[in-house]
Amino acid sequence: MDYVRPSSLKEAIGLLKGARGNAFVLAGGSDLLVRMKGGFVEPDLVVDIKAIKGLNEIALSASGTSVGAAVPCAALGETAALKQAWPGVVEAASLIGSRQIQGRCTIAGNLCNASPAADSVPALVAAGARAVIAGSEGTRTVAVEDIPTGPGRTSLAKGEIIEAIVLGNPLPRSADAYLRFIPRTEMDIAVVGVGVNLTLDSEGRVSSARVALGAVAPTVLLVHEAAKAIIGTKLDAGALEALASVCSAACRPIDDKRGTIEFRKKVAGVLAQRAARTAYERARAR
Amino acid sequence: MSGIAVSTTINGDEVEFLCQAEETLLDVLRDRLELTGAKEGCGTGDCGACSVIVDGRLVCSCLVLGAEAEGRRIETIEGMATGDTLHPLQAKFLEHAALQCGICTPGFLMAAKDLLSRIRDPTEEEIRFGLAGNLCRCTGYDKIVRAVQDAASVMRRA
Repeated sequence: MDYVRPSSLKEAIGLLKGARGNAFVLAGGSDLLVRMKGGFVEPDLVVDIKAIKGLNEIALSASGTSVGAAVPCAALGETAALKQAWPGVVEAASLIGSRQIQGRCTIAGNLCNASPAADSVPALVAAGARAVIAGSEGTRTVAVEDIPTGPGRTSLAKGEIIEAIVLGNPLPRSADAYLRFIPRTEMDIAVVGVGVNLTLDSEGRVSSARVALGAVAPTVLLVHEAAKAIIGTKLDAGALEALASVCSAACRPIDDKRGTIEFRKKVAGVLAQRAARTAYERARAR
Repeated sequence: MSGIAVSTTINGDEVEFLCQAEETLLDVLRDRLELTGAKEGCGTGDCGACSVIVDGRLVCSCLVLGAEAEGRRIETIEGMATGDTLHPLQAKFLEHAALQCGICTPGFLMAAKDLLSRIRDPTEEEIRFGLAGNLCRCTGYDKIVRAVQDAASVMRRA
């Protein structure tokens, strides 16, 4: 195996594109090194992107926030402006692993690992986050939900690297929230995860919403019917019931030791209600 | 031997070593630098026995490549005491008998040091969450929590 630490994106892209055999990007390594240890992957080349200028930074601008691909999740929670703008994204990123894992893991890595149960992904999808992808032909920007195509698979081409995840500024009277269910209180993989981002009109009715479900299908689901169920409402009991019912119906989960199909469907509805209420209260307080 | 030449700082000392690309920082610390305080429990970032601090962030050294140490500032358990004077956390772990077999202890101490650097007066819940990445199969954790609380109180008075 070769290990290289390029100082520019161009160099990193060239290395990945020209690599013979298995080439992997190394950001935090909290998935890659575990897979190497388990013998699931045998890299011929590892390209460490942490020395590339800008990739370690959270950049705040008038148009929003750009989180570099090498920024550890712990840094998200330390950035007050990001916590204020996107509390749901930050709470999701802060739920990944332990303090030790938080010091290394990244949201771009969480996305590219393409686990259906990735905690940060439903929150990013709900927030309308976009991935900035650098390749030999230049840069393209795509919706986060278009990156994973199935468990462990992504739409990235050979030689492409996600350089940053970008979040817009939240609309006035809007907020997000993320909740997950795990059998323990920490250090576990989501059985169900739900991200909700909603905007209220001046009368406190939901005017737009995005609801994303994790760990209940091969990829994160953006459930348009769930948004429809609450748009135009003040999240009254009927709207919440409709929300739970469409979320449960949208699930296509697996049965495993951490949760049965029936359980996951039920919990998806319950968490959607709770996350929607949290997002609603946050939006109202703004 | 051939390998990747790495220059780094460990517990304040400049250190140079050669390592292979696949070697983890934990392997380098233990097998090349004879810093055997960090332990290998799981090797997959679940148990925290290999915890060290890299550039101010607590990490599992089993999930860091040795080559990644280039230019970094690394703190390990070997740098925790000042000469013969134990760090308050070390002293309180002894006083409260917060260890039995001792394999998890260096990791717990590094994680507790990281916790107390962020939160000077943590609640029991904050301690349990802060140390959730460290597993101990002997103590049942209560003695560890009490040792950290007591050390925090000593450190606040210092």
